[in-house]
Amino acid sequence: MLDILIVGSGGAGLSSALTAKQQGATVTVVGKHYPTASQTSMAQGGINASLGNVTPDSVQAHIDDTIKSAHELCNKKMVETMCQDAPNTIEWLEELGVPFDRTQNGKVAQRQLGGASSKRACYAQDYTGLKILHTLYDSCLKEGIEMLEEYFLLELIVEDKQVLGAIFLDIVTGEVKEIRAKATILATGGYGALYKNFTTNSEGATGDGLASVLRAGGTLSDMEFVQFHPTALKGSATLISESARGEGGYLVNSKGERFVDELLPRDVVARAIFEQIESGEEVFLDIRHLGEEKLLHLMPQEVHLCRLYEGVDPISELIPIKPVAHYTMGGIDVNENLEVTGLKNCYAVGECSNAKIHGANRLGGNSLLEIISLGREAGKNAVGCVSQRTETTNTKNTQLQKTKEYIDSLFEEYPYQKNFYNLQDELGEKFYKHAGVVKDNTKLNNLLNELRVIKADLDDMGIGDKNRENNTNLVEFLQFQNLLTIGEVVLDASIVRDESRGAHYKSAFPKKDNQHFKAHSLYWVEDGILQNRLQKVES
Amino acid sequence: MKIKINRQETIEEFEVPFKSTTLLKALYHIKNNIDNTLTFSSNCRSGVCGACAVRVNGKEVLACSHTPQDGDLVEPLVYHEIQRDLKVNKQKARKTLKSSTAWLHQPQKATISQEQVALTEKQSDCILCNSCYSSCPVLEVNPNFIGPFALTRAYRYTSDPREGDVKATIDNIQTNGVWDCTLCGNCTEVCPQGIDPKMDITMLRSTSAQFGYSDPNFQAMDFGFGGF
Repeated sequence: MLDILIVGSGGAGLSSALTAKQQGATVTVVGKHYPTASQTSMAQGGINASLGNVTPDSVQAHIDDTIKSAHELCNKKMVETMCQDAPNTIEWLEELGVPFDRTQNGKVAQRQLGGASSKRACYAQDYTGLKILHTLYDSCLKEGIEMLEEYFLLELIVEDKQVLGAIFLDIVTGEVKEIRAKATILATGGYGALYKNFTTNSEGATGDGLASVLRAGGTLSDMEFVQFHPTALKGSATLISESARGEGGYLVNSKGERFVDELLPRDVVARAIFEQIESGEEVFLDIRHLGEEKLLHLMPQEVHLCRLYEGVDPISELIPIKPVAHYTMGGIDVNENLEVTGLKNCYAVGECSNAKIHGANRLGGNSLLEIISLGREAGKNAVGCVSQRTETTNTKNTQLQKTKEYIDSLFEEYPYQKNFYNLQDELGEKFYKHAGVVKDNTKLNNLLNELRVIKADLDDMGIGDKNRENNTNLVEFLQFQNLLTIGEVVLDASIVRDESRGAHYKSAFPKKDNQHFKAHSLYWVEDGILQNRLQKVES
Repeated sequence: MKIKINRQETIEEFEVPFKSTTLLKALYHIKNNIDNTLTFSSNCRSGVCGACAVRVNGKEVLACSHTPQDGDLVEPLVYHEIQRDLKVNKQKARKTLKSSTAWLHQPQKATISQEQVALTEKQSDCILCNSCYSSCPVLEVNPNFIGPFALTRAYRYTSDPREGDVKATIDNIQTNGVWDCTLCGNCTEVCPQGIDPKMDITMLRSTSAQFGYSDPNFQAMDFGFGGF
């Protein structure tokens, strides 16, 4: 039997695979895309480690910055572990061959990101995630790690709370298959696609791992915390990096007036922009005064993106922008060993998990660090779990049959009366407007009702494409269902939290309320019903 | 605006709105509103995941970065097994990464200068979209050719000061590798990241020569006096 099944082939999945393999375990990595197509490829800015190569820095400063940004919702021990491990993480990536930029004396170069008290982010131009991911991939090929592409996660196989592996749709053949393993690591990414057309995330950030954990009896936490990036292109939601403001770019409204200090924290700037838009203004990023020469030298990628996706030339024109969903802090609830709350032999790591590192607001440069540092940790811990487990004798499980029957029913029974694509577009916009930068209980409640109506109407939807092989229509429909599952939790958790903290902001409750809400919100399903409770954070 | 899509059995024409700023948006417009069965690959929408490469009017582009024009003919990549419509199997092409052993064989500690990083900065921008592979005419005659992206990657690692065993990779790119390239430059022309595999292959040839390899085609040439 396979030792470790890793679901998700981004930075977290590949890091855990390499580590588990190095420790002698048999490993299979499964992903719905090719490994290099994952969200990790889109990370630009950098990966934090207090190397002090450019400005003086310390592990303690890194810890302090991270805790401050988390607004009390982090586990200090987890933050300490990660920040202490950060220099080792960079050394490990160096050994694999990641082409980090260098300082004049040949050390790894580091740059300033928001909220950091030092130049702490190691980078490879603005392709840091891409280059780390591809180097990990090359290393996995070198180690002969088995990687299965285009396998879509359907369900975890669970018996008595023990996870025995998972069931997948082989997208190419259309078959439903199970892969059993002694331990399972979920590294399936976040749920930013809930905000479709209003997110910098890829189409695939549909929270598949989170939804499967909820269905399997595991727990999700802090799902109301979604980070919004202030400046994405208005039409395409393509990210325009913070460096545009760092270099002196202005934010202006339709009247040409500046309305906020552009260098305040992300959540504050995002809210200021959102309020302008709500009051009927358009908002623009103005970088014209920086001059053509400087723009082409400092941000050629941004200039290119503006021309391509927005049809504006930022050298002579204003760039229309909007704040959009960028990172999901909430996720699969895990303990300090990264084990999923409520399930056994199952780990979660990366954006899909809530390891209590980022709390209410993630610091730039900490997500790449998390996926590598904790990815390796998850690999190690899963190897430990495997060594303690005896071969499971139970081979019968009715899950596979049930899942097959459901997929078959989509081909045979479901009509196609309602177009789920249109509903997904509508939901994306509504989540953005009503569960976005600024939240309001009436709007959240209305949206929750609408979402439940859509869920009840699922029987009228289904797939128009009835071919078994390479059916992306089917995959997209399954992803849509996952988003509905996740969306319900995001809305409910947002309603419950009557306060403002980090990325979660309610105009009616503009202050932090530590007495009631210095707590993680936990969600799980019991007897088919969504349950929740708040778990106080000890300080 | 009309675009045509090569769906193997037929070439179908679809009406898409002018406001489609990218080809990918046009494809989704068709899939979501006109024909759910239209099949293609995509993910990031911003040119870094490499999933959505197709050919438009015979030239490889990323669907997410191409502005569609009236009458465009959209087709799948060539030298790949077509799975359905525009979706292709990239596994065979990906195997070239393994056969070329494009990775650090024997990592060693090294002080690296920014100038050295800059030398292979472009090469490590590769997103594995397989556009170069699709454009390469050598694959027409030799399906086992390692191809442009794997060779560029081999060059990136052999140029890394942290590689303690450059020869290990060089040994693995001799057969169906560096000498099979015709230096036509198609790959360079279609790369969405501005990478120049032709130049990388040229560089690998000189590294190969340093390890005692030479052009087998050249050796086989007979100029009427029994060769060299």
